Amino acid sequence: MRTNIFALPQFSLRFLPIWRRNYMVWKKMAGPSILGHLADPVIYMLGLGYGLGGLLPQIGGMSYIAFLSAGTVCYSTMNSASFEALYSGFARMHEQRTWEAILNTPITLDDIVLSEMAWAASKSLLSGIAVLLVIWVLGLSHSLLSLWIIPLALLVGLCFAAMGLIVTALAPGYEFFMYYFTLVITPMTLLCGVFFPVDQLPSVLQIASSILPLTHAVNLARPLLNNAIPAHIVADIAVLAGYALAGYYLSLVLFRKRLAQ
Amino acid sequence: MTTSNHVRFPHLNPLPGGEGANVSLRELPDNVIQADALVKIYAGQRVVDGVSLDIARGECFGLLGPNGAGKTTTLRLLLGLISPDGGRVELLGNAIPEQAREVRQRIGVVPQMDNLDPDFTVAENLLVYGRYFGMTDAAIEARMPELLEFANLAHKRDAKVPTLSGGMKRRLTLARALVNDPEVIFLDEPTTGLDPQARHLIWQRLRELTARGKTLVLTTHFMDEAERLCHRLAVMDNGRIISHGTPRELIAGNIEPEVVEVFGEHAAAWAQSHAAHHAERFEVSGESVFCYVKDAHPLLLELQQHPELRYVHRPANLEDVFLKLTGREMRE
Repeated sequence: MRTNIFALPQFSLRFLPIWRRNYMVWKKMAGPSILGHLADPVIYMLGLGYGLGGLLPQIGGMSYIAFLSAGTVCYSTMNSASFEALYSGFARMHEQRTWEAILNTPITLDDIVLSEMAWAASKSLLSGIAVLLVIWVLGLSHSLLSLWIIPLALLVGLCFAAMGLIVTALAPGYEFFMYYFTLVITPMTLLCGVFFPVDQLPSVLQIASSILPLTHAVNLARPLLNNAIPAHIVADIAVLAGYALAGYYLSLVLFRKRLAQ
Repeated sequence: MTTSNHVRFPHLNPLPGGEGANVSLRELPDNVIQADALVKIYAGQRVVDGVSLDIARGECFGLLGPNGAGKTTTLRLLLGLISPDGGRVELLGNAIPEQAREVRQRIGVVPQMDNLDPDFTVAENLLVYGRYFGMTDAAIEARMPELLEFANLAHKRDAKVPTLSGGMKRRLTLARALVNDPEVIFLDEPTTGLDPQARHLIWQRLRELTARGKTLVLTTHFMDEAERLCHRLAVMDNGRIISHGTPRELIAGNIEPEVVEVFGEHAAAWAQSHAAHHAERFEVSGESVFCYVKDAHPLLLELQQHPELRYVHRPANLEDVFLKLTGREMRE
């Protein structure tokens, strides 16, 4: 008999020991890791926000740096999950053979892929909270609604972890990730309203932007930081959750195929 | 399923009535592994081609074969890590791969390539691995001293994995495979790449495990390893089992009891003209001639006439069987 690689995933709590393993590894290098996650987005936010922001009028009733802070939360959470799912995930799967060791225990590939999702999303959560703290400290948001950034960071993390895992499942080596960063992550950063409003773009690009998940993350984050209820909450969450679920399933199918060899 | 390739092994302790009593081993509760006509096809090639095995509780069973014979794939099929294209496996009474996850609770695996966690210490590796079996930290800690002692790593408890020698890593991998106190332990080439000292220590530990009643299934291409450790062996080549039995049975059943190895630049020429008169069978390999004989006496007398030839007279061993069955040409 053949096991069906298209079988629906079986969710269980068995992914937790793997999450704890990754946490134990991370704890050993927490300092540089937090700095790395925080420094890059915050430098961008401060540099562009104050530097470029001084030349710009207010955007939609907020200063440019406040406008940019919402984008920064989203793109830093996107980056955290993407790097984790691609580089670290690939190391665990391929280079260190950690998955192989785990598969010899009563843990299945479904659990492992779920643990990768959960772990990458945890890194996003950390990243999101770190940027949110900077936003609060700088006084860029005074809204209680900004607390909703925390669950949003988790959702954005799950979404980009799932997308990244698809690429990891297909990757022959680390070089392959360049395609994904150049062709997916960079357009995402520039077309999804992180640095400027999407309506500045020509209509063709606006359509492209509307199907990219980061647009929907920014659509949620920006009003929340500006003390407003997002206009299309259900649709935006549905897109992010849709990418997360579809990506999880597709990556799982691809991993099953890859590891059955 | 071809009968010729179907292995029915006698037990270590012969059953009442013996083999002739037509006792089906299939019904015995003491069989920990039963595999029937396993087939695995990769890219149109039958990597495993009709392998059947019955492995009894408490024995050390060896799968022998050259590189690419299908040993590792067979092991992966028995563990349910891959699904067969034909045939069936039962492991500890569970259908594989359907119930593989449940049965792995009672299984230990030592993989061919080390996959220890390089970021962790020796003790952390055991702790993290035990958690995968759902063990509590307290339960793992309670087992830790015994596991470290078994692996001769008590003094390395807090050493990081990259600082360990190859032998230590292998022993840690073995200790890790024992964290859940498994009934059956699978070892894929457990001593490949180790120096003789490290290899002997692993062998000693594996013998201790069989003495404790654990069932061991190992693959190897080291004949002395197979001869020392395994109660029973199956020789694989091209995805099939081509011979099986105890090491002694394999030697007795496949090859003449004595071997005379003749070396030197004149050996090949001597073999062409003389060897056939004095040996049941001979093989020329470079500057060596292997003569297989029932009685070496006449051959040794003949060799004394040729002072230019050097020779060694020895009993036939598993390596001779292996080379006879799988040929002398290189496998890459």
